[in-house]
Amino acid sequence: MATVKDFRNKVKPNWCPGCGDFSIQAAIQRAAANVGLEPHDLALITGIGCSGRISGYINAYGFHGVHGRVLPLAQGVKMANRDLTVVASGGDGDGFAIGMGHTIHSIRRNIDMTYIVMDNQIYGLTKGQTSPRSDAGFKTKSTPDGSIEASLNAMETALTAGATFVAQSFSSDLKELTSLIEQAMNHNGFSLINVFSPCVTFNKVNTYDWFKENLTKLSDLEDYDHTDRNKAMQTLMEHNGLVTGLIYHEEDTPSYQDKIPGYKSTPLSEDNLELDREKFERLANEFM
Amino acid sequence: MRHMIDQLSWKVGGQQGEGIESTGEIFSVALNRLGYYLYGYRQFSSRIKGGHTNNKIRVSTNQINAISDDLDILVAFDQETIDVNYQELRPGGVVIADAKCKPTIPDDGKASLYDVPFTEIAKELGTPLMKNMVAVGASSAILGISADHYQEVVEEIFLKKGESVVEKNMQAIRKGAAYFSEQAGGQLDDFLLKEADGKKRMFMIGNDAIGLGAIAAGSRFMAAYPITPASEIMEYLIKKFPDFGGTVIQTEDEIAAANMAIGSNYAGVRAFTASAGPGLSLMTEAIGLSGMTETPMVIVDTQRGGPSTGLPTKQEQSDMMAMLYGTHGEIPKIVITPSTVQEAFYDTITAFNMAEEYQCPVILLTDLALSLGKQTVEPLNYEKIQIRRGKLEKEPNLPEQAPEEYFERYAAAEDGISTRLLPGTENGIFHVTGVEHDNTGKPSEKPENRQQQMDKRLRKTETVPYRFDVPIYANEPYKEPDLLVIGINSTRGAIQEAINRLDEDGFSVNHAHIRLLHPFPTEELEDRLHRAKKTVVIENNATGQLASIIRLNTGVKVESILKYDGNPFLPAEIHSKCKELL
Repeated sequence: MATVKDFRNKVKPNWCPGCGDFSIQAAIQRAAANVGLEPHDLALITGIGCSGRISGYINAYGFHGVHGRVLPLAQGVKMANRDLTVVASGGDGDGFAIGMGHTIHSIRRNIDMTYIVMDNQIYGLTKGQTSPRSDAGFKTKSTPDGSIEASLNAMETALTAGATFVAQSFSSDLKELTSLIEQAMNHNGFSLINVFSPCVTFNKVNTYDWFKENLTKLSDLEDYDHTDRNKAMQTLMEHNGLVTGLIYHEEDTPSYQDKIPGYKSTPLSEDNLELDREKFERLANEFM
Repeated sequence: MRHMIDQLSWKVGGQQGEGIESTGEIFSVALNRLGYYLYGYRQFSSRIKGGHTNNKIRVSTNQINAISDDLDILVAFDQETIDVNYQELRPGGVVIADAKCKPTIPDDGKASLYDVPFTEIAKELGTPLMKNMVAVGASSAILGISADHYQEVVEEIFLKKGESVVEKNMQAIRKGAAYFSEQAGGQLDDFLLKEADGKKRMFMIGNDAIGLGAIAAGSRFMAAYPITPASEIMEYLIKKFPDFGGTVIQTEDEIAAANMAIGSNYAGVRAFTASAGPGLSLMTEAIGLSGMTETPMVIVDTQRGGPSTGLPTKQEQSDMMAMLYGTHGEIPKIVITPSTVQEAFYDTITAFNMAEEYQCPVILLTDLALSLGKQTVEPLNYEKIQIRRGKLEKEPNLPEQAPEEYFERYAAAEDGISTRLLPGTENGIFHVTGVEHDNTGKPSEKPENRQQQMDKRLRKTETVPYRFDVPIYANEPYKEPDLLVIGINSTRGAIQEAINRLDEDGFSVNHAHIRLLHPFPTEELEDRLHRAKKTVVIENNATGQLASIIRLNTGVKVESILKYDGNPFLPAEIHSKCKELL
C-alpha cells in the first residue's frame, strides 16, 4: 500500500517561501495515502496560476490545462475512466473569475470528483491584481483606490447551486484540511473545498495572523449540523463566510454518473472499440 | 406511350412550425424506398414559429449531388410561398396550393395553378394538422406514384398513436391524390417519373453520417453545446451512445465542451465535440491545448454564415482560415473536408484514427448544405471500418517507477510521435501541461528543449497528405484541360453538373475537390494546376479563402468564383461564370 512518501516527487515548487500552497500539497498527498490510493490511481487536474503548478508537484497523473477550464477537463477525465480518483485544483481567479461558469455548472452536474480551490484572494502569478474573492476596498495594482466590487461569497454560491459537498479550510490547519480532502474523495459526487491559502508576497491584508484572528471553526459551534442546508447558509452569512470545516454534506444524492442511462460500470477507456457487424447494420437500417 | 422523365424538383413551402419539414420528410422517405435518388435542401430561419420556410427536394433515377437550378412543382401552404418561389419555377411548372389561402399566380402564363383544399379535406377527416398529408397525396398524384407506397412510412410515424390515426392519414393522402387528379383531369404530361430501380439505399443528412461514423469509430462520449447546424449530431448520439455504455453531456458552453473532450481523450476515450463558427471561436484555446499537449481530439465544424452570429441557418464556407490558423502559437493540426454524406461517414472514422495516430487535434470541416441536406446514400461498407490507435499502449509492461522518474511521454521520435499511455497505468506516471515541457511533461523553458519539442510536434503531421485516403477527389478526363475547377465540401455535385454542361459546350474541363485541407496536399495538386490552362476555385465566401490557401501552398494564382449570399451554388451559376472565364 502506498504511503505519503509515494506521492512525493523531487520537483521543487516555484512557490514563494511561506506560501499557503505548500500545506495544500502536503494535505493532498496525505489524504491520497490515507484513503488507500496508489499514485497511478490519482489524476490531478489543475488550472493556471501559482496554484495550478501543483499537478507537477505530486507524484500522480497530472494535467495542467488552460486558465479557468480545469473543471471541464477534469470532468472529461472522470467520464472516461470512472475508476480514477479525480482531483481538480486551481486558484480563486481560475475558479471564481474566468472559470465561474464551469464552477456553478460542475456543482449542479455533480460528477464524482473533488475540487480544491487554493484561495489567496489575489492574483499572485501576474504579480498582484484584485480577484473576485478580494474584499471590497482591497488595494492592488489593478485597484489602486481599493476594490469597488463586492467580494464573492463562494460557499453561499455553492450552496445555492445545489452542491452536495461544501467545505472550507485554512492551509495552516493541515489536520483539518487533510481530513476534509479525504471526506471529499470518499463522497460520491462533486465536492468543493475552498482553502484559504495566504499569499505572503502580494496580500498583506489577509495574512496568516489575520485568518487566525477571524476564522471560526464549525466544530467549535454548538449544534452545527452539516446536513442542514438552511443552517449552513445562515452560519455562513453570520460569519461573513469566514468559517472552516465541513459546511454541507448531502450523502444520499446519487452522483451524475449514477444517473446516466446505460452508462458502463467499468471505465469507458477499457472498452473494445470494434463495432460488430450486426449492430452496424441495425443502425444503418434505421436510415433506409 | 407517355413520355417519362428521369428527374424533377419539388418544393414545399409555408410558415415555419406548420409541418413543412414533415411534409418533405414523408414525401421523400417514400420515394427513397422506391429506389429514387434524392437530394434535399431546406430554407429556414432562426426562429421556430412563423416566417417562410421551404424544403426543396430533387428526385432522380440517377445519383445526384446538387440542388437543381429550377423547380417543377411548388406545393404552397400560403400565398407567401408562391410570391417568394414563383420565379424559380420552370416554364410549364405547376403550383399546387391550399385553396384556403385563395392562391393566385402571376398572369405570365409560365406555370399553372391547382388549388386543392388541403386544410378543408384535413378538417373533414378530423384535424387540420393532416393538411400536409393531403399535400403529399396531391404531389404523388402528379408524379404518378400510388398512395399505397406511403403506407409503410405513415405506419412508422403514426402507429404508436393507434391504427385509426394511420388510417386517417392514409385517407388524407388518398383524398389529396383523388382531388388533384380530378381537378387536373387525369395524369399531367411532363411529370410522370420513370420507375426507379427499387434498391434499398440510405437517406440521411451529413450530420447523421457523422453521428453514425462516431459510433463506428468507437467513440463513446461527446460533449457539446447546441448550435445550428450541428445539434443533430449530439441529438442522434444521446439516443445511441447508451447502447454502448457511453453518453453525451450538454455542457454550459463550447469552451467546456472542448476541454471535456480533451480530458476524456487524455484518459483514453475517443471523445469529441461538434459545433459551428461561433462555438469554434470559443474552442480555439482548447484546440491549442490539444496541440501542445499532444492529446488527440476530434472537433466537427459545420460551417454556416459568419461572421459573428452571421447567417445562422444559411450556407457558407468561411471558417477555413480560422480552422487552419485560429489558435495562438503553432501546433500540428489536421483538417478534413468531406464533400458527400458517404465521405462524412468515412471521414469521421478517419478523423478519430488520425487524432490518435498523430496525437493532435483533427477538425472535421463540413458546411451547412452537407450537414443538413438530406441525400440518398449508397449502402455504407462495414468492411471499410477500421480502428487505428497509433502509439497508444494500453497494457504496457513497465519497470517499477520511482516517484522522481516520470515516464517519457514526450520522448524524441523520428516521426515526432511518442508512445502514449493513459492515466491509471501502473508505473507509467507522466505529466501533461500546456506550458512548454521536457520529454516527461515537466515544464521547461530551456531554449534547446523548446526547439526540440516544437520540431517534434510540428513534424508529426508531415505524412498526413500521403496517408490520407484520397486527399483530392479528381474527375479529370483531360490531360491538359482548358479549365480546372476546384471546390470543397458540398459544392461537388453542382460543380460536376456545371462541368457536364461545359463539356457539352465543347470545353475540356477537369474537376478537383479538396478533401484534406491541412496539411495541404500540395504535391497532389501542383501537377494538376500546371497542366490546366486556367484554374478557378468555387467557394461560398467573400474573400476567396481556398484560393488563398492554394496560392500559399503552390504559388499558383487562381481565379475565383465566390458566392456569399447564404445560398448554395446552383449548377447554372457555376456554368455561366466558368464560361465567362473561357
